[in-house]
Amino acid sequence: MFQNVGEMALLFWRAILALPVAWRQRHKVFEQFFEIGNASLLMVCLLSFFIGAVIALQTGPVLVERSLSSAVGGVVGMAICRELAPVMMSILIAGRIGSAMAAEIGSMRVYQEIDALRTMNINPVHYLVVPRLVSIAVALPLLVVFAILVGWLGGATVCFSNNQIAIPIQTFYANLRDVVEIKDVANGVFKSFIFAIVVAVVSCHQGLTTRGGPRGIGRSVTKAVVNSIVMIVILDYILTRVLLGT
Amino acid sequence: MTTITQKCGIGLQVRGLRKSYGGQEILHGLDFEVRPGEIFVLMGPSGSGKSVLLRHLIGLEVPDEGDIQLDSQPILAEDVMGKYRMAMVFQSGGLLNSLTVGENVGLYLSEHQLKTPAEIARIVAEKLEDVGLKGTEDKMPSELSGGMKKRAAIARALAIEPQLILYDEPTSELDPLSSVVIADEIVQLNQRIGVTSVIVSHDRDLSFGIADRVAVINEGRIVSIGTPEEIRRSPDPMVREFLAAGFKRPANP
Repeated sequence: MFQNVGEMALLFWRAILALPVAWRQRHKVFEQFFEIGNASLLMVCLLSFFIGAVIALQTGPVLVERSLSSAVGGVVGMAICRELAPVMMSILIAGRIGSAMAAEIGSMRVYQEIDALRTMNINPVHYLVVPRLVSIAVALPLLVVFAILVGWLGGATVCFSNNQIAIPIQTFYANLRDVVEIKDVANGVFKSFIFAIVVAVVSCHQGLTTRGGPRGIGRSVTKAVVNSIVMIVILDYILTRVLLGT
Repeated sequence: MTTITQKCGIGLQVRGLRKSYGGQEILHGLDFEVRPGEIFVLMGPSGSGKSVLLRHLIGLEVPDEGDIQLDSQPILAEDVMGKYRMAMVFQSGGLLNSLTVGENVGLYLSEHQLKTPAEIARIVAEKLEDVGLKGTEDKMPSELSGGMKKRAAIARALAIEPQLILYDEPTSELDPLSSVVIADEIVQLNQRIGVTSVIVSHDRDLSFGIADRVAVINEGRIVSIGTPEEIRRSPDPMVREFLAAGFKRPANP
C-alpha cells in the first residue's frame, strides 16, 4: 500500500512538473473536458436534484415540527454546498470517468501502446496523464457549482410541494441566503478540486501499472474506483477539519 | 515513392547483459555486436529470452548487469535515446487504437513538433504508400488486418527516419504471403536508407532469407552466431535440432 501511495505521489509530482506542456496538449485537454462534461452533466443534474430533495425531506419535517421552519433553507443549502455536492459528484466522477481512464490507460499498457510511446521518446506522463489531470481538475469543480445550484432547487421544490414542510420557495431561498456564505460554496468547490486530482492520479496510476490481460484491466478499473472513493472520504474528513479550523 | 539515399545505420554493442525476474535469470551474460547497416536476426525457441533482450536494446528495460552501447555510448546515459533515432515494430504492431492510422504514423513528428501539419500529412501519405497502405490514413487500427497493422507500424517507424529499427516477431500470426511482403519491406528499407535492423524471430525462412548475420539464443544464452551459412553448418546440437525441427504425422496404428 505504501509503495502505491509513494508511486502516486511521484506520478503527481511528475505531472505537476509537466504542466507547462499542457498547452501543447490542449486539444487532448479539450477532448477530455468535453468527455467529462458531456458524459456526466445529465447524471450530475439528476443526482444533485434528488440529493437536495431527499435532504429537504429528511430534515424539513423535523425542523418544522420544532418550529424551526426558517432554518430549513440554511440546513439544506449548507449540507449540499459544503458536503454532499463535492463528495457525491467526486464519487460519481470516480465511477464514471476514473474507471474509463484506468481502463483506457490499462489497455494501452497491456497492448504495448505505452511501450510504443516510450520508444518514440514520447513521455506517457506528458501524453496521457497531464491532459486528464488538467481536464478533470477544471471540469469537476464546474460540475460541483452546477450540482450545488440544482441541489438547492431540488430542496426548494420538496420544501414547497411537501405538505409536512410547506415552505414557500422565496422563504427557502431567503433563509439559504442568510445562512450560506460565498466562502461555504468556495470550500465545497475547493474540496472538489482536490478530489479531482485524487481521481485523476489514482486512476492514471492504476492504468499505468496494469499487468496481465483483460483480467488485469478489470482489476485496475475496480482498484481505481474503490481507492479513489476511499481516498475521497478520508480526505473529506481531513479537509473539512482544516477548512472549518477545528 | 520516397527516396532516401543517406546511409544512416548505427552500431550496437551488448556486453555481459544479465537480467532476472523474480529470482529467475532470463539473460545469462550476453555478448554480441550488431554492425551499422546490417540485418541481424535473433533466432531461438519460444521463451528463450529474445523479446526480453529486444526490450533492453531499446531502453524499455534496465539490465541487472552489463552494458548496451549505441555507437559506443551507453544506451541508458542521459540524452542518448534522444540523440539517436530508433524505432521498434512490436509483435502486435503497437498502434494506438484511439488514433487513426495516419495519426499513428505521424505521431512522432506531431508530438515532437518537428514538422508543420501539412508536411506531416505529406510524409504520412508517402510512408503509407511505401508500405502498400496508400489511402488508409483515416482508417482506425481496428479496421486493419494483422498484416496491415504490422505494415502500418513499419510506416510509423519509417516516419521517424530511424538509424536503428527493432522488429519483434514481424511475421508471427501472418500467412506466408503477408510474411513475404513484410520481409521484402525490411530488406528494401535496409537497402534504401541503410538502417540497422535487429529482428527477433523464430521464423527460420525469414531469418535465413534476409539476415546478414544470425544469432541463435537458447535459455538466455547465445549458442551460435554468424552468417546464415555458418549457422546452418553449426555443430551445436541445439542449433541443429532447432533448424531440423519439423512435424511428422504419426503412423496409423
